[in-house]
Amino acid sequence: MRAGDPEIFVHTVFAWGPVAVTDSIITSWAIVLLVWLAALWMGRRLRERPGGLQAAAEGIVTAAEGAVRGVAPEHVALLLPFIMALWGYLVVANLVGLVPGLYSPTRDLSVTAALAVVVFLSVHWFGIRAQGLKSYLRNYLTPSPLLLPFHIISELTRTVALAVRLFGNMMSLELVALLLLMVAGLLVPVPILMLHIVEALVQAYIFGMLALVYIAGGIQSQQLRQEQNASGAPNE
Amino acid sequence: MSDMTWFVLASTVVAALAMALGVMLPAVAMGRAIGQALDSLARQPEAERAITRTLFIGLAMIESLAIYCLVIVLIILFRNPLLEYLVHR
Repeated sequence: MRAGDPEIFVHTVFAWGPVAVTDSIITSWAIVLLVWLAALWMGRRLRERPGGLQAAAEGIVTAAEGAVRGVAPEHVALLLPFIMALWGYLVVANLVGLVPGLYSPTRDLSVTAALAVVVFLSVHWFGIRAQGLKSYLRNYLTPSPLLLPFHIISELTRTVALAVRLFGNMMSLELVALLLLMVAGLLVPVPILMLHIVEALVQAYIFGMLALVYIAGGIQSQQLRQEQNASGAPNE
Repeated sequence: MSDMTWFVLASTVVAALAMALGVMLPAVAMGRAIGQALDSLARQPEAERAITRTLFIGLAMIESLAIYCLVIVLIILFRNPLLEYLVHR
């Protein structure tokens, strides 16, 4: 890392053998712990007559469930935990950059790439679980084996796009705030930080939603073909 | 002018131009998408959820094009790999 880099670029906190532990790893684990403890604590004190906090938590879960139901109505119970975990982590991770002294872990391309790889793998995991390996792989050869390279390219590019989109948004927002701070001075970046709040929520929503759409696509392309086979449609 | 001056000049001009072009065209595309979504929303208000969801996903797709430009510009400005060639020559 060259001298004179702005501090928002990822920096190594300490090296543990050959493994460099960056600030985004530490922040990520802290966020995971925080979200986990909050969820655990919320789950322990559920009551029949909800208080304000429980009502808010129930509202969040209901909204997420509605979103999943809108895309994959038959697999809500299967997909909701994964998508909800993505949303929970991403909302906190995107917003944590607003706390002075902390930076969003999602401004690190390694973090967003890891999340995108998780989504990439879970598309296949859920797809294979829904239909079995052979049938899932045959999906890549339809409608014609000629399209196999395009299927593979589309899988890879959308994973890269998923990672770069989140990284680019978070990085650019923090860069803009930093540049404004250097050019104009204290309190001037505050309107930009308000934009940051909106953008952080929208990006978290979009990341989870795209993951949901990709996974649902992997599951439902199976069912579509099955229905076609069952009805004896001639397009095989 | 020295090589370094040219390099700095070219990087700056190219970065500004790339950002301008790379924001202009996705902005047009996003405007079209939002306009169409509003059209269909006015025609079928009951399909609001599906339209909003698809609109958001489409906007994210279009937006990532502008983000690609931004990432390339950031690389040009902060981590240009060709700079090594110029420095070590």
